[in-house]
Amino acid sequence: MILMVFSGSVTAAKLDRKRPSACCPTSTISKDLKILCKDPVSELSCCRDHQFSGSKFQQEKLLKESSTMSMRNLSFYTTEEKIHELFSRSGIKTIFMGLDKIKKTACGFCFVEYHNRTDAENAMWFLNGTCLDEWIICTDWDIGFREGQQYGRGKSGGQVRDEFREDFHSGRGGFGRQSQI
Amino acid sequence: IYRSKHMESGQPHKRRKTSDANETEDHLESLICKVGEKSACSLESNLEGLAGVLEADLPNYKSKILRLLCTVARLLPEKLTIYTTLVGLLNARNYNFGGEFVEAMIRQLKESLKANNYNEAVYLVRFLSDLVNCHVIAAPSMVAMFENFVSVTQEEDVPQVRRDWYVYAFLSSLPWVGKELYEKKDAEMDRIFANTESYLKRRQKTHVPMLQVWTADKPHPQEEYLDCLWAQIQKLKKDRWQERHILRPYLAFDSILCEALQHNLPPFTPPPHTEDSVYPMPRVIFRMFDYTDDPEGPVMPGSHSVERFVIEENLHCIIKSHWKERKTCAAQLVSYPGKNKIPLNYHIVEVIFAELFQLPAPPHIDVMYTTLLIELCKLQPGSLPQVLAQATEMLYMRLDTMNTTCVDRFINWFSHHLSNFQFRWSWEDWSDCLSQDPESPKPKFVREVLEKCMRLSYHQRILDIVPPTFSALCPANPTCIYKYGDESSNSLPGHSVALCLAVAFKSKATNDEIFSILKDVPNPNQDDDDDEGFSFNPLKIEVFVQTLLHLAAKSFSHSFSALAKFHEVFKTLAESDEGKLHVLRVMFEVWRNHPQMIAVLVDKMIRTQIVDCAAVANWIFSSELSRDFTRLFVWEILHSTIRKMNKHVLKIQKELEEAKEKLARQHKRRSDDDDRSSDRKDGVLEEQIERLQEKVESAQSEQKNLFLVIFQRFIMILTEHLVRCETDGTSVLTPWYKNCIERLQQIFLQHHQIIQQYMVTLENLLFTAELDPHILAVFQQFCALQA
Repeated sequence: MILMVFSGSVTAAKLDRKRPSACCPTSTISKDLKILCKDPVSELSCCRDHQFSGSKFQQEKLLKESSTMSMRNLSFYTTEEKIHELFSRSGIKTIFMGLDKIKKTACGFCFVEYHNRTDAENAMWFLNGTCLDEWIICTDWDIGFREGQQYGRGKSGGQVRDEFREDFHSGRGGFGRQSQI
Repeated sequence: IYRSKHMESGQPHKRRKTSDANETEDHLESLICKVGEKSACSLESNLEGLAGVLEADLPNYKSKILRLLCTVARLLPEKLTIYTTLVGLLNARNYNFGGEFVEAMIRQLKESLKANNYNEAVYLVRFLSDLVNCHVIAAPSMVAMFENFVSVTQEEDVPQVRRDWYVYAFLSSLPWVGKELYEKKDAEMDRIFANTESYLKRRQKTHVPMLQVWTADKPHPQEEYLDCLWAQIQKLKKDRWQERHILRPYLAFDSILCEALQHNLPPFTPPPHTEDSVYPMPRVIFRMFDYTDDPEGPVMPGSHSVERFVIEENLHCIIKSHWKERKTCAAQLVSYPGKNKIPLNYHIVEVIFAELFQLPAPPHIDVMYTTLLIELCKLQPGSLPQVLAQATEMLYMRLDTMNTTCVDRFINWFSHHLSNFQFRWSWEDWSDCLSQDPESPKPKFVREVLEKCMRLSYHQRILDIVPPTFSALCPANPTCIYKYGDESSNSLPGHSVALCLAVAFKSKATNDEIFSILKDVPNPNQDDDDDEGFSFNPLKIEVFVQTLLHLAAKSFSHSFSALAKFHEVFKTLAESDEGKLHVLRVMFEVWRNHPQMIAVLVDKMIRTQIVDCAAVANWIFSSELSRDFTRLFVWEILHSTIRKMNKHVLKIQKELEEAKEKLARQHKRRSDDDDRSSDRKDGVLEEQIERLQEKVESAQSEQKNLFLVIFQRFIMILTEHLVRCETDGTSVLTPWYKNCIERLQQIFLQHHQIIQQYMVTLENLLFTAELDPHILAVFQQFCALQA
């Protein structure tokens, strides 16, 4: 008989420090109840693009209407194909893989663009927090992909978070850059 | 906590008063929505306290409270009896309020029906009927309403689904109020019952086979939903309306409530049928468990017990309320009241699969159910995973008779689920499939699951997770096949051009440079070279597509870039219908090991108009694809293609509507302003509308043509098979045939709204009486769905 299936392996996956976030699901029925609109992760995360050239209010407005999301804690081995397979379950448009600015190889982040907000919301609600390559998916809303965004902004070419990371992640190039001798 | 906030505020400043009012309104909403949830106090004392607060707030917040209570009646049906009790208590304290509430509910019911919101209307009717139990509504007036409902069965020239709904609204309220209504008005109720019974006997059920998840009746027949409900109500009536499952808080308040004055429902005439009325689709009740499946725990109520109906209703309602937030949804499901008396996990799993496998479509997006089940596994790690594993096993065992569309969903669910649990599964338990014909459902299922699992991991991983005996069912390594790649290809026609192209691509050639290289490719279809150079030349297409796709094989992005960069060449080569078909053929030869790549390339080619939807349809039915015809990826491509076509038509229709509205607004302004220049503006807009009109007509024509092509092809291959079987004297029902005929059904079901527009053409042109009855039956079942 089948024992020990479907149990516990989610904890084995790597959790990112930044919590996943999603906007409050917008209702399609009129006169909705706030209780049905409630989402434990309904606030936008504190993660903000510091290079955004506009007010905080403008940025938040764009985020609330966006149909693009970013994912920053991917394994370096997660391919575009895998992301596509998973995220097409709610109607994907384009994937922009994040690349190391110098090496032009995958460095653990990507942008996923949907055709409309609803499809993106479905991804936020139902794919965020589940597994991809045995890592927990963490998505954030993004104001929209701009050319150049696909390159890591860390000094060594990868993501900023990998500059200062002290622990060892085999799926993200080992130790953080500054910790490597 | 139940002290009214209003009583605490003093004489506020005007601005603060508005925000105070908003705060109070939010507070009221929160109090009302939260009642019934886990609390230190009993439900009864919470209800009493809340009734007191609301009564005190009536002078200032009556309309808001009315609106809130009507809304929870409509949107939180799983807490029906809690809110009817609350209304009962309010009515006992304030008769006028009770009357106004009933009026507001009737208004809301009428609005819901007019807006085709039939599913919510059922909850409103049920709420009203439970108000009889709370002494808010007088029983005879409720009986009168039900009389009017059931009299709809006498209406002529209306869709059956309309009559069905009114019968359903009546029957589905009886578990709550049957006892009370029978006690007060048994003769009238018997009459209504007799009318209902005669209607149920004469209504047609041609549509049922199309909606069943399994074609077999064992171990559980899947009954049409009204038949099942009727059997359940009959049984309840025989048991003298003794019903013990529903939570009835009003019983504790009987002494208060029975003192209350009741209201009569105004006479309710069902709104007439109009052309815009859209009634709910019929359903089949999905059952996979019975009392034998959980021998250790509490007994599962029988399929015709009213308890089963109520439990399933409530669980479906919880999902409907909370589907967007899986943590809340899971928490609400596992804390279902009365859970100790029923095998709750079995009910939950059954209800979730019922929705996932529902035909034509699940109520919510497929991926939601995957996430919900994962959440439930996390929440109840000691019990739910085992039930889910047991369910998976049962579904596997019954694959032979499972509807192909449902098998698709099973494949997608299972592979996605496994990817969240490190692909751990006891595959050896399924070794029976290894000795079966590879085209039969079980080995096919395993193959498709492994292919999907590979897409979420990588090839070697799949080889590692299954026993070596399963290697025949493992997917191919998704590599590119380049025919001009090795030594032996020297002799192939076009080989030298291919090498030339490869060099050109690598040195970042332009479209023009590619054209000039291709100019020299001979056309195997013609004796003389065509001087114009670009009529259909399969060899040109072959060398170009093979070489380009091979060089761009590294990733989806690389391939998309290649398609974009050489779009001009593609468009020219694929100008004719044969060209389009050949591009698809060659692409398929290159990528036949990588179905996912094929799907994204087809998608891209349609979007960039290198091929059109009809070409894809013809390609799918072509002989090159006959070997893969029953594979899931083929149908995913076809349905995705149809959806793109539909979206395209909708988009242009919307543009036309918007332009027309703009013109109407301009006309209105002109009549207001009397401005000369608007004549010119009108002209431009009118021209635009004319162009859009043409565009819409052309798009609709393309859409209609697409469906005609698809149906025609189905009829051809099915007829071929049927004729051959008759001549050979073999059985029609091969695995291929079952797959094919159910794929035809799937076209109807997945795109039913669009296809309804073309019914007349389909009936006159394709699905005529001369057609083989096997094929015609599918069309007739489809017609019966909304008849």
